[in-house]
Amino acid sequence: MTILGPLLFAAFMILPVWLTQLEDSGVKTIGIAEFDKDFQPISTDLSKFKNVLQENENLKFDYLNHIEYDGIESLIEHTEYYGILVLYHNLLEQKEGEVELFVRKQPSMGTELYIKQSLENFIYDRNLLKINLSPDEISALKPSIILKTNKYDKGEFKEQKLVDLKRGIGYAAGFLIYFFIFFFGAQVMRGVVEEKTNRIIEVIISSVRPFQLMMGKILGIALVALTQFIAWIILTVGIYQFALSYYITDKMPAQNQEMVSENSMGNSNEISANMGISENGSEIMNIMGLLNTGEYLYMLGIFLFYFIAGYLLYGAMFAAIGSAVDSETDTQQFMLPVTIPLILSIFVMINAITNPEGQLVFWFSLIPFTSPVVMMARIPFQPPLEEVILSMALLIITFLIITWLAAKIYRTGILMYGKKISYRELFKWLRYKD
Amino acid sequence: MSFFEALHIDKNFTGHTALSDVSIHIPEGSIYGLLGPNGAGKTTLIRIINKITAPDKGHLKFMGKNYTRNDLLHIGYLPEERGLYKKMKVGEQALYLSQLKGLTKSDAMKKLKHWFTKFEMIDWWNKKVEELSKGMAQKVQFIITVLHEPKLLIFDEPFSGFDPVNASMLKKEVLELKNKGTTIIFSTHDMASVEELCDHITLIDRSRSILEGKMDDIKAQYKSNSYELEFEGDPESLKKQLKGNFELIDLVPLQEEKSRAKIHLTDSGKGNDLLKLAINGVRVNAFREVLPTMNEIFIQAVNENKTHSKNE
Repeated sequence: MTILGPLLFAAFMILPVWLTQLEDSGVKTIGIAEFDKDFQPISTDLSKFKNVLQENENLKFDYLNHIEYDGIESLIEHTEYYGILVLYHNLLEQKEGEVELFVRKQPSMGTELYIKQSLENFIYDRNLLKINLSPDEISALKPSIILKTNKYDKGEFKEQKLVDLKRGIGYAAGFLIYFFIFFFGAQVMRGVVEEKTNRIIEVIISSVRPFQLMMGKILGIALVALTQFIAWIILTVGIYQFALSYYITDKMPAQNQEMVSENSMGNSNEISANMGISENGSEIMNIMGLLNTGEYLYMLGIFLFYFIAGYLLYGAMFAAIGSAVDSETDTQQFMLPVTIPLILSIFVMINAITNPEGQLVFWFSLIPFTSPVVMMARIPFQPPLEEVILSMALLIITFLIITWLAAKIYRTGILMYGKKISYRELFKWLRYKD
Repeated sequence: MSFFEALHIDKNFTGHTALSDVSIHIPEGSIYGLLGPNGAGKTTLIRIINKITAPDKGHLKFMGKNYTRNDLLHIGYLPEERGLYKKMKVGEQALYLSQLKGLTKSDAMKKLKHWFTKFEMIDWWNKKVEELSKGMAQKVQFIITVLHEPKLLIFDEPFSGFDPVNASMLKKEVLELKNKGTTIIFSTHDMASVEELCDHITLIDRSRSILEGKMDDIKAQYKSNSYELEFEGDPESLKKQLKGNFELIDLVPLQEEKSRAKIHLTDSGKGNDLLKLAINGVRVNAFREVLPTMNEIFIQAVNENKTHSKNE
């Protein structure tokens, strides 16, 4: 896992970009034909469309004069054409109309959009020209709006910068916590089941208290996990950078570049420069550098708290489950109440990305079983400190209570063999004195 | 004064009583047999002694003082259901487990080397536990139990899973530990090894201690006052001699002229008198008092307890 993890993470980041590239890498040739209303071919020079539908490296156009409407089928079947685009006469002179694309395979959304938008833009511009506007005037008419959101906070308005980046960071952080809890919580559970089925448990608890053993297991795995985690981050960044320098340097989505240039006027530019990342290196790294260090430290601190506290809370529950069963296959019945709030928190977090200050997100960021994940989506938007503190306090209190209860179940469970354990039985164990 | 005492121990689980007013007194340097049918409460008692569970009532004394958690460092426990971490290496694991019992690493290392050499298993040091056979793993567990030289050792079915050669080797080790002054609690269903090793026993049945004391005393208590006689000659002439206090209860012909008789003595009968009478009738080859085996005592005591508790 140590090597595989970072590889997977890096792949997750690179794959989408690579896949879109892959999909569009083949050159597609589309034939263009024009007919009148009665599906009779029109014998005009179709190269007039050269300005309308511009070719790019993935899309080539072939102008098919004089083909029959009925012949399209055999063209699709017997030639290499990716598709045949059928235009009807006078389309370019009209305001609205229909065009048809005949294909063998469903084209990508990008291709469809490209054709549609190219035609629309051309007609739009042509119409503007008709009312005697020069091309310069037309481009001068195109509006450009930047929406700056200002949020009222403690008596002043603050401009909200880099909202998308913050959303991204919040989402990534929440997902990491979710993953960490699930993966390593399950490891705690497996460890407990192993000790129990191995029957080493009785040897060990004749030397240490069950509570010590349980907490030792939870903390020990947390440290293993943190070590692995740090190794992952370093390796993921490393592999990502490496892969980036080979594949994607000249292919970053234009949108990101805009974002960079737009914000490079800000004072944060020097940070990215200080980070020593070459301009055409990782754009994401550049954008990351745009937040100031204080914000980062605050987010990192909060992240680490929820990361650890969330894991400890769930770790105790997973340990209790492990102690109550005889084998891993029996864990299913007790897993549900533990996994449901976790999965729920992921859904709420996704909701929070579009609406970070809604009621739903507010409440779930206070409930201790969901707050570790959900709060991550709120943190980038600086929620009121008292709410964060309240959420943290609730989490700590719940952790203490749950650990206390889990220890009671654990203490009885680890010595119980060959008995099908029900929830009723678990509640009984909670009442045992020692 | 007893080396270890458990006094008036009560332990209830929801729905059933595991131990009810159980007291045991373990003399220093003895091998103390903890006997009883399955489910009688032995394991619960052993777990209480190991502080794995706490009694509802009663208290424990170790070397005359109240028994505390710190005393666990002087206890070595080999549970009946015992295991090791399968993926861990033998040596590493032995080191870890003995450090849990308070040994320093270098100390544990020295002692482990000694024991591993003694049991001819030094080559196993770097093997994973899952590569060991069951018997090999049991040896490792035995060493881990005794390594920190505990003053009180608790063995729960220590010989199960061993072949006769290793079992007798282990018995020798147990006796050696006893000779060095270690007090040992020995729980088993194997009555033969109880006869061989134990000098004190307690029999727990239905959550109560129904028999406790020196094994010799208990045997004396349960003896039926009968004698076994091996002789040469006509059994009829022996029968003629037996009158009054002597009752022939069994007669087994052996090869040639030889026979073996079992004779019960009523109240005032004495072994010497029986021998005198027998000599008059037949030629006596062997003469010994019939003592009950632990097996017989076990069954008898448990059955008596059964009828007793039914009558209540």
